Amino acid sequence: MTFMSKFKFASAVAAAIAVSATGAMAQKTLRFVPHADLKILDPIWTTAYMSRNHGYMIYDTLFAMDADGNIKLQMLGKHDVSADQLTHTMTLRDGLEWHDGQPVTAEDCVASIKRWAAKDSMGQKMMTFVDSMTAKDAKTFEIKLKAPTGLVVSALGKPSSNVPFMMPKRVAETDPNKQIEDFTGSGPFIFKRDEWKPGNEIVYVKNPKYVPRSEPPSGVAGGKVVKVDRVVWKPMPDAQQAVNALLAGEIDVIEAPTHDLVPLVKNAKGVKMYSWNPLGNQFTFRFNTLHKPFDNPKVRQAVWEAFNQKDFLEAVVGTPEFYKICKSMFPCGSPFASDEGMGNLSESNFDKAKALLKEAGYDGTPIVLMQSTDLAVLTNLAPVAKSLLEKAGFKVDMQSMDWQTLVARRAKKDAPNAGGWHAFLTSWVSADILNPVMMGFMNASGDKAMFGWPNDPELEKIRDDFAREGDVAKQKALAIAAQTRVTQYPTHINLGQWYLPGAHRDNVSGWVAAPAPVLWNMEIK
Amino acid sequence: MASFIFKRLLATIPVMLFVAVFVFLMLRMTPYDPAAIIAGDNANADQVAAIRKSLGLDQPILSQFFIWMGQILQGNFGESFFFKKTVTSLIADRIGPTLSLATVTMLLSISVAVPLGVLAAYRQGTWIDRVVMGFSVMGFSVPVFVIGYILIYLFAINVSWLPVQGYRPLSAGFGEWIRHLILPACTLSVIYIALIARMTRASMLEVLSEDYVRTARAKGQTEWKVLFRHALRNAAVPIVTVIGIGIALLIGGVVVTESVYSIAGLGRLTVDAVLARDYPTIQAVILLFSFVYVVINLLVDLTYSLLDPRIRY
Repeated sequence: MTFMSKFKFASAVAAAIAVSATGAMAQKTLRFVPHADLKILDPIWTTAYMSRNHGYMIYDTLFAMDADGNIKLQMLGKHDVSADQLTHTMTLRDGLEWHDGQPVTAEDCVASIKRWAAKDSMGQKMMTFVDSMTAKDAKTFEIKLKAPTGLVVSALGKPSSNVPFMMPKRVAETDPNKQIEDFTGSGPFIFKRDEWKPGNEIVYVKNPKYVPRSEPPSGVAGGKVVKVDRVVWKPMPDAQQAVNALLAGEIDVIEAPTHDLVPLVKNAKGVKMYSWNPLGNQFTFRFNTLHKPFDNPKVRQAVWEAFNQKDFLEAVVGTPEFYKICKSMFPCGSPFASDEGMGNLSESNFDKAKALLKEAGYDGTPIVLMQSTDLAVLTNLAPVAKSLLEKAGFKVDMQSMDWQTLVARRAKKDAPNAGGWHAFLTSWVSADILNPVMMGFMNASGDKAMFGWPNDPELEKIRDDFAREGDVAKQKALAIAAQTRVTQYPTHINLGQWYLPGAHRDNVSGWVAAPAPVLWNMEIK
Repeated sequence: MASFIFKRLLATIPVMLFVAVFVFLMLRMTPYDPAAIIAGDNANADQVAAIRKSLGLDQPILSQFFIWMGQILQGNFGESFFFKKTVTSLIADRIGPTLSLATVTMLLSISVAVPLGVLAAYRQGTWIDRVVMGFSVMGFSVPVFVIGYILIYLFAINVSWLPVQGYRPLSAGFGEWIRHLILPACTLSVIYIALIARMTRASMLEVLSEDYVRTARAKGQTEWKVLFRHALRNAAVPIVTVIGIGIALLIGGVVVTESVYSIAGLGRLTVDAVLARDYPTIQAVILLFSFVYVVINLLVDLTYSLLDPRIRY
């Protein structure tokens, strides 16, 4: 036996011993590496995606969005709307129980909707239409409206932050501005708080009393059938190390390996990749409309003329397999996606950009462009923006900082040369920007809008009309009107759609494609 | 001696107070907003303001400081902004892995580096000396994470002898505990082996030319006794100093190693807290680290008097 043969033999023996020792225990435990650590356990208190994902594990929703973008009944067995469209009667399906064994009641749901609506922007909008919410009996409640709106179903069925998760009344009555302390849900998994080690492990066990719907799983809708006994989330700060652990079989699933590691995973034995979020994400350039020169819509239009999506997508993602040039403001593949009204924008027409700048009287004020340097998917965006802006005749002062500093600074309304800003780049999960009401950056209500504070009554009227409209065809026309208006009064610029598949061991199957990484239906062979 | 220890312990109070004020002010002066981080990317200004109020961050800085100091004097280090757990319990959860890693690393480093340094000095100018010094230069030059990845590739992925990541407490069994510590401790110890071996060699070279070493040889002592009983003991003071500094530096080294090996220890808690601007956790961890530095310095000083009877306090 040569030295190498002895070496490999010893390795095989060691591996066999390790497998036999741990194999039985690991049979029904799914070990999952999320994109970050779970810090906040209240998915209503924060919009953080990790808290949302935790919410999908332990809570359930009244409605849910399927893979085709349709809102389906989830906890509800029945939903009736009166002929005048002013009364929604909702009836819970049979067999729903909280993790403590108590039945889910209509009163629990009313309290949960109230708490969620106090925090969520779409919920707040919905509540402007709501006259009253009352429990009629143990399983039925009624929402009476002041005016008809399509928002009740779309808001209660929204798939991403803040998701209207249902909680027991005693929990839902917690002040919306305080975190909940009781994590009793009615969802497919139970959170093991006693086993939670912040920064290390988050443990869930199968909820044996959960009654899944009979339909097959689709998006975050359908039957949430749990096929493992236990799920352990193992946050790993080092992306390379997460991949190493997957290759070594120490974990089963990675939510999102970084783009640079995808080739390593793709070519590895025993590992598969899966695009669990088919709608992907959207890169976005956000203006601060309060300060010169971006207070002038023509200057903002010039920026749009200077940009092209391919340069941004190539700089960050690199592989065309994982990006899509998408002119629509709403994610391509989603119900309201359309390039109508978008003209020839995003084609790097520098002559047109220069002409617009001249027309707007741009005086050479340097654009304070904030660059985030610690998030791999954002770092390369700002240098591309700088280069394209300079080609169009802008002066750019790119300032580098970590993402959390950027988050704090973008909330400041100060002048850009006094600690404020002109622009920054970010990325949205597509599920958060599916229509003009959901899309936070389209909110143009001035001081009440998100950072950047655009103020355009015309755009706001379109958004309000969209909120009132219940007919999908008419909603689509309003969505096109909204994006057309955004080309005239730019609030932000879509810089292209991108995807990041997950990775799993080849003995894992059943990953459901959805806007959030959901772990029901997954099994280990 | 007792009065020396008492005085040194008393001296820690102003040091800790200075650290507390400094850390508190530094955190408040930085342009960060923990409330914005907690609220998440999609939150509006009202949501962020409500969270800021609930955390007490809307209070004047002086009020925040006195509230915090008042809590500390009662032994309460506050509650993490994020995890809704007391900082004390977070630290208690994390201290085990860090202590284990630090202990195994230092034991490994000392047990390898001191004999190597002695050997290099004894065989000065030979190939043994050159190999030890070559290793030492490499140990200083190669970043910890590179060594970590190489060891993981060789021993965890290629031959699957050891786990890629994670930590098991001693209560899970000595075998599991040490299996999970071998790679991180080897990774982290490279730089300390380099540092201590180099210092041991230099210190030994100085001592080996002393008269009392020649006398010991003339008396017919074995080379082993000459080296380890006579020479090493006299060369020990600078070596102990370096080991003390090494333990203090270990806190910095642990941060990277814990991240690479996914060990949920104090190093990772510090990094996570800093990135998330979790003020109560950052403040408590830095106070703890400062206390550890002070205690290590005290222990090093006390060790001097054990090694060299001429040193008295």
